[in-house]
Amino acid sequence: MSTTTTAKPKLKTSAMIASFADPGQKTMSAPFGHALVAAAEANPRIVGLTADLGKYTDMHIFAKAFPDRFFQMGMAEQLLFGAAAGMAETGLVPFASTYSVFAARRAYDFLCLDIAEPNLNVNIVGGLPGLTTGYGPSHQATEDMAIFRGMPNLTIVDPCDSVDIDQAVPQLAASDGPTYLRLLRGNVPTVLDEYDYKFELGKAKVLRGGNDVVFVSSGLMTMRALQAADALAKHNVDVAVVHTPTIKPFDSATVLKELDTDRLAVTLENHTVVGGLFETVASAVVTAGLGKRVVPIALPDQFLDAGALPTLHERYGLSVDRIVAKVLSELG
Amino acid sequence: MTLSSVEAATAAAPTPERIERIRAAAFRIRHHALTMGEVQGQGYVGQALGAADMFAAVYADQLNYRAGDPHWEGRDRFLLSTGHYAIGHYAALAEAGIVPVAELETYGSDDSRLPMSGMSTYTPGMEISGGSLGHGLTIAVGMALGLRAQNSSNRVINFLSDGELDEGSTWEAAMGAHHHQLGNLIAMVDINALQADGATNTVLRTEPVTEKWESFGWYTQRVDGNDVGALLAAFDNIAAVAAPVGRPSVILCDTKVGRGVPLLETREKAHFMRIEENEWQICRDQLTAGYEGAASA
Repeated sequence: MSTTTTAKPKLKTSAMIASFADPGQKTMSAPFGHALVAAAEANPRIVGLTADLGKYTDMHIFAKAFPDRFFQMGMAEQLLFGAAAGMAETGLVPFASTYSVFAARRAYDFLCLDIAEPNLNVNIVGGLPGLTTGYGPSHQATEDMAIFRGMPNLTIVDPCDSVDIDQAVPQLAASDGPTYLRLLRGNVPTVLDEYDYKFELGKAKVLRGGNDVVFVSSGLMTMRALQAADALAKHNVDVAVVHTPTIKPFDSATVLKELDTDRLAVTLENHTVVGGLFETVASAVVTAGLGKRVVPIALPDQFLDAGALPTLHERYGLSVDRIVAKVLSELG
Repeated sequence: MTLSSVEAATAAAPTPERIERIRAAAFRIRHHALTMGEVQGQGYVGQALGAADMFAAVYADQLNYRAGDPHWEGRDRFLLSTGHYAIGHYAALAEAGIVPVAELETYGSDDSRLPMSGMSTYTPGMEISGGSLGHGLTIAVGMALGLRAQNSSNRVINFLSDGELDEGSTWEAAMGAHHHQLGNLIAMVDINALQADGATNTVLRTEPVTEKWESFGWYTQRVDGNDVGALLAAFDNIAAVAAPVGRPSVILCDTKVGRGVPLLETREKAHFMRIEENEWQICRDQLTAGYEGAASA
């Protein structure tokens, strides 16, 4: 009997707050927290609330800077959003943070009736949108946009990176009605500084042109779209990228102008294929009578596995390699 | 009146003149509610009659407001969490001069500012949209925090029903109010022991209600909610004992559905009470007779 032992292969683990930044990628720490502090310095009406997730939604940065304007509501999401509505009724501008799953699933009635119906300036900040944690369905808000798109008055923002978040926060505070921000937290990639780009609430932006394919993307999938566009260039495929950080109201005009060509149209989103960016684009295309095929790259309509994020992004088609393979197969 | 909290009541008893003024307001509120009920031929008249003394104590005695300027920044906030009690709230808003009495007959009609379920976007003086039960106290906590953060001395009074004690959000808010030491917050619970599917104790047992609120850290008083003197004394106790030490207060009000109209008090209890066309005048006559009889007694 052999006495030698073989080393076990190192297992990939599923950290709650897994970073989707690539190794060596330029990042910024807690862009939301710092942007909120900057906005609050300019606007004394801004307050911050959380439901026992301050440290995990970057709200702790604000709490430290403005302890008197920070309100810990406990692990009570219905109270969090009801109270945020009440604060807005007194003239304050609340930013209320929790995980997206709890905002969308657990506190929907409170967001809908206490905040959206009276059209209050309450800014909902949801951590772990889409597939940004390996914890499984309890924490993966894969259908948050599908849930929220049906809510009248609510503006939905799906930022790509630290640049988007930094520029979006003051615009969310300044816009009158309620907003929902799909928060990227921790060390967030900095991507859009390489482009001639400014975040404008309600606007889509063409980040790069391309003759063969047009990507329409939001959230962290815009980062992947840009990486995939570079990779596809090596296959002599020329890809345009349109970034649509505001999902609702949707900038159909800019997107339809880009789609009304012979190029292969692909949507990319960190969200289920049901009810998110793909269906938003598809609806705009059909309404305009474009008669154009649109290929979705999105999460499948199923409860996702637990695991390490890179494993899961590869498994469910969000990785750059999977995007490239999908486009090449579509092009035949 | 039973006083369950550890603090002793220290306030002096309300004067007979003050009590009589509120009783008169409650009588007019009940009268308005019958007017609105007759337009619809049915509705939440029973609840409005039961809660009329609570509304009267709030609007005619407690609330700081300007009738001509319902959004006046210096107002106290009264939140109707129980949206279907709007009929009673509209009657109180008419008594307060915020809604014209003549407008009450539009209650529940197309394009009326007075919809069946109360909504802030429709009605002057209506602070929130109730109806989805268990919301009011969460909003009230935020308002009380927001007012305090802006150095306002205004108070927030949230009206809720015993049925709303079924909702977990009510208890999230109860914990939050105590944690944040909201002495500027008062909850009034209408305990009429009736909810949509029947008697409260058959739907979901909420008793012991007093002990629940006390254990959540609230200054808790349980009173006969149709006894104006007891209601006023409860408010006076709050001002004397709880508000100064940053303790949220609840007044648990046992009320009688249909109170003031014997025909309805004795009718089989129903969430949505049916009243025949020929009965409205009888209701009004009974209401007036009861009020005048008590006044002369």
